[in-house]
Amino acid sequence: MANHRVIVVGAGPAGVRAAQALVRAGLRPVVIDEADRAGGQIYRRQPEGFARTHAQIYGADAAKAKAVHDGFAALDGSIDYRPRTLAWTLADNILHIVSDGEASVLPFDALLLATGATDRMVPIPGWTTPGCYSLGGSQIALKAQACSIGARPVFMGTGPLLYLVAYQYMKAGVDVAAVLDTAPFAAQVRAALDLAVRPGLLARGIMFRLRLMAAKVSIENGVTPLAVEGEDGVTAIRYRLASGEERRIACDAIGMGYHLRSETQLADLAGCPFLFDTTTQTWRPEADADGRSPRAGVYLAGDGAKVFGADAAEAAGELAALALTSDLGLPVDEARVARLRTRLKMFDRFRRGLATAFPWPSTLAASADDGVMVCRCEGITAGTIREAATVKDAPELNRAKALSRVGMGRCQGRFCGAAAAEILAAARGVPLEQVGRLRGAAPVKPISFTAPAREPA
Amino acid sequence: MSDIPRSSGQFRRLGELDRAEVMIEVDGKTVTGLVGDSVLITVLNSCGGLRKADFGGGNRAGFCLMGACQDCWMWTADGNRLRACTTPVSEGLQLITTSSGEDLWPIIG
Repeated sequence: MANHRVIVVGAGPAGVRAAQALVRAGLRPVVIDEADRAGGQIYRRQPEGFARTHAQIYGADAAKAKAVHDGFAALDGSIDYRPRTLAWTLADNILHIVSDGEASVLPFDALLLATGATDRMVPIPGWTTPGCYSLGGSQIALKAQACSIGARPVFMGTGPLLYLVAYQYMKAGVDVAAVLDTAPFAAQVRAALDLAVRPGLLARGIMFRLRLMAAKVSIENGVTPLAVEGEDGVTAIRYRLASGEERRIACDAIGMGYHLRSETQLADLAGCPFLFDTTTQTWRPEADADGRSPRAGVYLAGDGAKVFGADAAEAAGELAALALTSDLGLPVDEARVARLRTRLKMFDRFRRGLATAFPWPSTLAASADDGVMVCRCEGITAGTIREAATVKDAPELNRAKALSRVGMGRCQGRFCGAAAAEILAAARGVPLEQVGRLRGAAPVKPISFTAPAREPA
Repeated sequence: MSDIPRSSGQFRRLGELDRAEVMIEVDGKTVTGLVGDSVLITVLNSCGGLRKADFGGGNRAGFCLMGACQDCWMWTADGNRLRACTTPVSEGLQLITTSSGEDLWPIIG
């Protein structure tokens, strides 16, 4: 068999299932992952030497997490695994990586991107105060390091992670002060039919809510977050109820997030075209039903391609690997392909249900006061973005970035980009998709200039 | 409702305490962590912040904990930087929360 050079980026559920399928096809992929241990963020592992069991860390998902971890461990010797490695750019068919401080290049025939997602954010006054964390970050503190983000946290935002993280904290013995959901409860009821395609998950979502209520954790729906209070640390959250009444809850930490956004920088640098997904109001790289992008040799899977969760990511990873295998002219199990496609269709209906149940609060993001810091990295305010939109006449996001520096900082717009687009679109009086999206730029994360280049093997 | 007293650090340990201790220095002060901690976890179990924001100078204490937001870069005493959420803590590390050579810039607008 010819030596096909195949690279998988990411070792979460999508990347692991992809790598397994590639190995089954007789290939020996390079698997690149930033973390020290495989599992991704949802099945993020604790360091060696910790004692908790899978059941203690992942609860009802323990069997799935263990299957992903064990499945990956069984690939030892069959893949070229590169942990603690960042893929920071690519050009033509060469991926540039930095591994433990050493830079090198990897030419490839096929590249499968399973880059995952981060929390989608809405800035509010005070959200940079110490004690504010993303919901994903709050969960990682617990899962990977057995820590709470504070003694009495509030969880705020919307999306399935909101209730999951609050439940996990409560179960770990933390005094959860409140769960504040920007989505009205009616939206969650409205989405029930779409969510019912996965009855087990729907039931679990309801169970989280009931168990939190039983533990006397206050749950509010349809809230408008107003401000984080505290100078050198969070002391309270102020918010408005749907009734218009303003409330304040004392707390020393806030976990916040509004569902997820895909990590698409490498797909962008690879030249994949993007489309505007009206369901989630986000841009995502185009791919066919199997994960094949229009860019020859580039395949996309998991939350990095389309946010629909860990179970879907497992199926999408395997399916994209089968598409890749087929395109290399290797035989694939067509019945398996058909089964995976059917599963993904069901997951996609669930994804639409989640978007109905936990809608992105576009008005909240668009109406941030002028003084609110939107860009955490460089302290760019909503007012500065509006000035770029109006006085400086920036018609789209990259021009607004050039003029205001929003999205230019170290995070590259991961945490400000969604809100900046809303503010720009509202200031211009145009639909969100008309202001476009921030282009990916290399390096996709900071790398050291001192990283020595290693000669290609 | 009264505010929550913040006696020590921002974070609270919930378990996994049966690990060897690691001693580091933060701004010259000794801070004790546990083997297996990230730098962020060790520091935030004793301190309220990690760094000053480059723009505006306010205290920051990380945000995403998954190497994406870049809001936990700390200085080391020898003039290098490290990302606290993705760097395992190691004995004798000397960290500085305030930039040594770089200026802090005011917020405009």
